[in-house]
Amino acid sequence: MARNITYREAINEALAQEMERDDSVIVMGEDNAGGAGSPGEDDAWGGVLGVTKGLYRKFPGRVLDTPISESAFIGAAIGAATAGLRPVAELMFVDFMGVCLDQIYNQAAKFRYMFGGKAVTPVVIRTMYGAGLRAAAQHSQCLYPVFTHIPGLKVVAPSTPYDAKGLLIQAIRDDDPVMFFEHKALYDLSGPVPEESYAIPFGEANVVREGGDVTIVTLGRMVHHSLEAAGELAGAGIECEVIDLRTTSPLDEDTILESVENTGRLVVVDEANPRCSLATDISALAAQKAFGSLRAPIELVTAPHTPVPFSNVLEDMYIPDPQRIGNAVKTVAEWAR
Amino acid sequence: MTDDRIAAITMPKWGLSMQLGKITSWVVAEGDEVSVGDDVADIETDKIAGTLEAGSAGTVRRLVARVGEDVPVSGTIALLASADVGDDELDAAVLQARAVIEAGAVPDEGGAPVLESAQAGGRKIDYAGVGSDGEVVLLIHGYGGDRNSWLFVQQPLAERHRVYALDLPGHGTSGKDVGDGSLEVLAEAAACVLDAIGAERAHLVGHSLGGTVAVAVAARDPGRIGSLTLIAPAGFGAEINADYLRGFAGAQTRRELRPLVGLLFADDSLVTRQVVDDLLAYKRLDGVEAALEALLGALLDGDRQRIDASSQLRGLGDAIPVTVIWGSADKIIPVGQAESVPAASKQVIEGAGHMPHMEKPSEVLAAVEAALRGG
Repeated sequence: MARNITYREAINEALAQEMERDDSVIVMGEDNAGGAGSPGEDDAWGGVLGVTKGLYRKFPGRVLDTPISESAFIGAAIGAATAGLRPVAELMFVDFMGVCLDQIYNQAAKFRYMFGGKAVTPVVIRTMYGAGLRAAAQHSQCLYPVFTHIPGLKVVAPSTPYDAKGLLIQAIRDDDPVMFFEHKALYDLSGPVPEESYAIPFGEANVVREGGDVTIVTLGRMVHHSLEAAGELAGAGIECEVIDLRTTSPLDEDTILESVENTGRLVVVDEANPRCSLATDISALAAQKAFGSLRAPIELVTAPHTPVPFSNVLEDMYIPDPQRIGNAVKTVAEWAR
Repeated sequence: MTDDRIAAITMPKWGLSMQLGKITSWVVAEGDEVSVGDDVADIETDKIAGTLEAGSAGTVRRLVARVGEDVPVSGTIALLASADVGDDELDAAVLQARAVIEAGAVPDEGGAPVLESAQAGGRKIDYAGVGSDGEVVLLIHGYGGDRNSWLFVQQPLAERHRVYALDLPGHGTSGKDVGDGSLEVLAEAAACVLDAIGAERAHLVGHSLGGTVAVAVAARDPGRIGSLTLIAPAGFGAEINADYLRGFAGAQTRRELRPLVGLLFADDSLVTRQVVDDLLAYKRLDGVEAALEALLGALLDGDRQRIDASSQLRGLGDAIPVTVIWGSADKIIPVGQAESVPAASKQVIEGAGHMPHMEKPSEVLAAVEAALRGG
């Protein structure tokens, strides 16, 4: 039976169910157990925003607090994966990837290829991303395009509690390294999630709203902003099809192209910075493979090419909002040669 | 309605979670005559889109609900009355009904199906019951379906009967283990639900594979069964759309699944995004793929049906009245197989595919009611 739980609870439930199902699944990261073994309250944190809270009691010895050294524990997780475990490591903020990037892009991502398919690296790296929490330039970035660029990594960014659970279970069962992006502004979002375990296959975008006038391709938190805009636009007589990518690598090209062939109009909404991003990649895809169907120039709604500002006012302007999305949709809908 | 010369057409309750519905378009206009079963309006909920059929006959005098507005379940959407009812009286009734819609009050859930669980051979079997009086009716869905496939008929039947719909093993929210996938495992589950309800006697309504299950349940204990209503049942001929069955079992994506689900209906516009998403969500559950594969092995022998329900039903003699219902445009099991069913009553429903209880529910309802009276 499905009941309503939060995005945070859905991730916790996916971890718990996979740890229950498979003894080789372990969880590790900064404060994941939350001060286990030290004086004071056990299980006080469960990660910086409480996602892994409670797992330490259910699975003694399989939830590991690590030193504040990403290069050490991400490397340890990847090594453990090559040696038979299925570690889920929490890289607190994706902004900290710089200190452990070699382990990810030049080691984990390459093993299957370099060892002729004889080595697998079933590691999941969970990480927080996104602006909106007043956390400024070093704790708010959307760095999924960096990982999407690297062959050998799978990159996932769920938008709902249902998707968060199903995609994380798939990530844990997958034999390749998976970067799992959790938007920190979505943790309290509530939605229906089955109690049973289920896996959502990678590379299958979700058409979250059907419409024949304009295609909006988006992911993560921007799915909700796009749906809000689409609701408003329907009142103005413009029907949007909203596609939630779910995974950026693999990318579900077919669902994007099928929709663009139908509508002839494309808006890509992406919270990341615009250069070399999903937004530019998807617009290139549509321009190359659906050129004959396009009836208007492609519009991109993204953050500007700046760091995330510390000023609240500027941060609010930085994040694409439903109004900007609505304006972009109107631009392509009303465009005439 | 205070005036019994005025009859209300109300927002139906399609499924456990439905609280509000929206009229997307009216099929009738003020002044039209409607008969029972005529299409009245297209309605959508956050889960499903369907066409509401008239439950009583008369002249449509007022359309109360507006297209696109949310109407609570059982709220009045239109008024039927004969010509001798004055405009003043109708306007008063409209005001009263508008007040309910504008208040947006969701009715109490006293009449909603109640979900319970039974145990069958170590498997958890979920079933939902509604209705407090009358005979026990058990609704048994088909391959890949669940108890919600009865959403258009369970509630109306419950006005006069105690109506239960179960999730067979491997389906819905029931346990996903189906053992060897044999008919016996499924029949055992249905019989255990009858035990859990405490039903000494029950009428069985089975669709497709569920029809075969109904026959098997009757064969176990014929004295317990009041009547059998079989809707496009499996097991009465060799031919079946094996490509559909294998395709459904194997489909992983929306693009693969959607055209297959379209084959279930005469009019595939009934297959909304939500219908396909719900099926995908079911298929992604752990254990479902294996369950569907195991059941496929029991259903199919190559491209032909493996199950023979015909001889089992003949073995029951005349003890149990049998009704068979089939959609004229069935693309899964050919309607011609209705001829092979030893049934006293046979009805072919024009304009329905493999799911007449979803496409033409009022005709199915009438047939089931007739079967219950006969049994």
